[in-house]
Amino acid sequence: MDMKVSKKKLGLKEKYQHMTRGLGWETTYQSMDEVFPYAKYEGIKIHDWDKWEDPFRLTMDAYWKYQAEKERKLYAIIDAYAQNNGHLSVTDARYINAIKLFLNGISPLEYMAHRGFAHAGRQFPGVGPRVACLMQSLDEIRHAQTQIHSLSNYNKYYNGFHEYRHMLERVWYLSVPRSFFDDAYTAGPFEFMVAIGFSFEYVLTNLLFVPFVSGAAYNGDMGTMTFGFSAQSDEARHMTLGLEVIKFILEQDPDNLPIVQQWIDKWTWRGYRVLTLVGMMMDYMLPKRIMSWKEAWEVYFEENGGALFKDLARYGIRPPKWLDQIEQDKDHISHQAWATFYNYAAACNFHTWIPTDDELDWLSQKYPNSFDKYYRPRLEHWREEAKKGNRFYNKTLPMLCQTCQIPMIFTEPGDPTQICYREVDYKDNKYHFCSDGCKEIFEHEPEKYIQAWLPVHQIYQGNCFNEGVDPTAEGFDPLAAVLDYYHLNFGRDNLDFDGSEDQKNFEAWRGMATKNT
Amino acid sequence: MSKVFIALQTNDDTRSIIQAILADNPHAIANEQPAMVKIDAEGALVVRRSTIEELIGRDFDLQELHINLISLTGHVDETDDELTLSWNT
Ligand SMILES: [Fe+2]
Ligand SMILES: [Fe+2]
Repeated sequence: MDMKVSKKKLGLKEKYQHMTRGLGWETTYQSMDEVFPYAKYEGIKIHDWDKWEDPFRLTMDAYWKYQAEKERKLYAIIDAYAQNNGHLSVTDARYINAIKLFLNGISPLEYMAHRGFAHAGRQFPGVGPRVACLMQSLDEIRHAQTQIHSLSNYNKYYNGFHEYRHMLERVWYLSVPRSFFDDAYTAGPFEFMVAIGFSFEYVLTNLLFVPFVSGAAYNGDMGTMTFGFSAQSDEARHMTLGLEVIKFILEQDPDNLPIVQQWIDKWTWRGYRVLTLVGMMMDYMLPKRIMSWKEAWEVYFEENGGALFKDLARYGIRPPKWLDQIEQDKDHISHQAWATFYNYAAACNFHTWIPTDDELDWLSQKYPNSFDKYYRPRLEHWREEAKKGNRFYNKTLPMLCQTCQIPMIFTEPGDPTQICYREVDYKDNKYHFCSDGCKEIFEHEPEKYIQAWLPVHQIYQGNCFNEGVDPTAEGFDPLAAVLDYYHLNFGRDNLDFDGSEDQKNFEAWRGMATKNT
Repeated sequence: MSKVFIALQTNDDTRSIIQAILADNPHAIANEQPAMVKIDAEGALVVRRSTIEELIGRDFDLQELHINLISLTGHVDETDDELTLSWNT
């Protein structure tokens, strides 16, 4: 017979104390400096790791319990969605291109985040951040896996999902998100935490997951909504970790302030540039729209970020640099990005199109200061040309920014008719930048950024053709050779949505789902 | 005064949680969006275990919030009984 032993249940704080701090020790066979070789070289001074406070006080046992519950919920919905041919219930097949972009450009970052947090966690001498990083590392691999699982269902029916791993390291526009994470991952553990834990998770991911995923729900994509919200349910913990990292570092030593400020400036700008893709997804790729990129930016960056930086002012932190430019840009960047992908639709693994009249009107209304004046006439012109059989495909390669790797598509602050160019001479070369932000980031660490793998340069250097291809051969078609190297099927994965295989299949299958013939 | 927020998925589990939050924070405003509810509040917001338990008629561990949580802002202070979000300014 079981004996009932009455023992006092530990409170949350005590339990957390035992299950984290109680697990650490000072090493003696090897010095702590040798066990944690990256803990000091960035110049961050930590005097007392026990001052680390994890506000959520989640212990591993509770972590497994809640994560398992999230997975059960997620897979129940994913299965139901697939069994019910859920892909045919999305608003229209154009929408599917938004999730192609997601799988190709964002899910691989989840995997990189997994590696990054495993690495950073290993390098911190303090037990509190080690446990928090371990949980986040596990969360991130879960995000990568659940996204790949959910989206694999679309791969059965639609083009462009088939080789995201191969493409990530090759396709021109994917070097933007990829190089962003490579930059963070190759930094020291403290910079990684400020870059990803704070600047990306706390300041910017709400913009990616909240309005976009809510938009997926609104467009009938239960699969994306489910993995999106399931990932996001970990995000509150990640954001809290990001904020705690900043507070902890700043409270430890006054010398840490300028280092952290420089990281916040750099990583807010880097992350902001990557989010250009999300702005375009929200404004152009969701057939049913919930809010514009500009509105999302105002709620999640200006309002929340504003409150955050007001709060951090007590540590001497000021808001990130280049905010005046960012403030002006919100009227422009989503339109500039869509125009670019429309131009380069031949070299993309997703389709682009000219918005319908309703959609153009929506954009005019959401962007009264910019859309009618600068962007609508161009889209209407392209539409006219396409009607005449001259769908515009740009065949020359763009100049890329050495830092963010985005083509030079952004305009001068204060003049949306003038492309913004900056340049720096370093050693024997000239380097080009899209903005003051990217230029200054380069100047701070030129030896890092001169190593950038810029897709356009690589193509011109002949490094983006399959083995055995001879670029000097008669009738050599460079675009076709590059697409082969990308594993991108011409006429299926690329070009305009209008006339695409996806468009035809979706129409036919949806017809079969609603009729008996 | 800065605003804090908490966003939850819209489902059967969160219906009572949202109701409890709104009861405990008369200054909070619920903002419904597709598949989610975002609750904004000036200054601070508290999620109280006892109020949720009263509504759902069973024990509730505040960490169960993680299952349906989408996002939040502000400094987090969590005890067995309350989860508080606040800004210092
Ligand atoms: Fe993630
Ligand atoms: Fe740039």
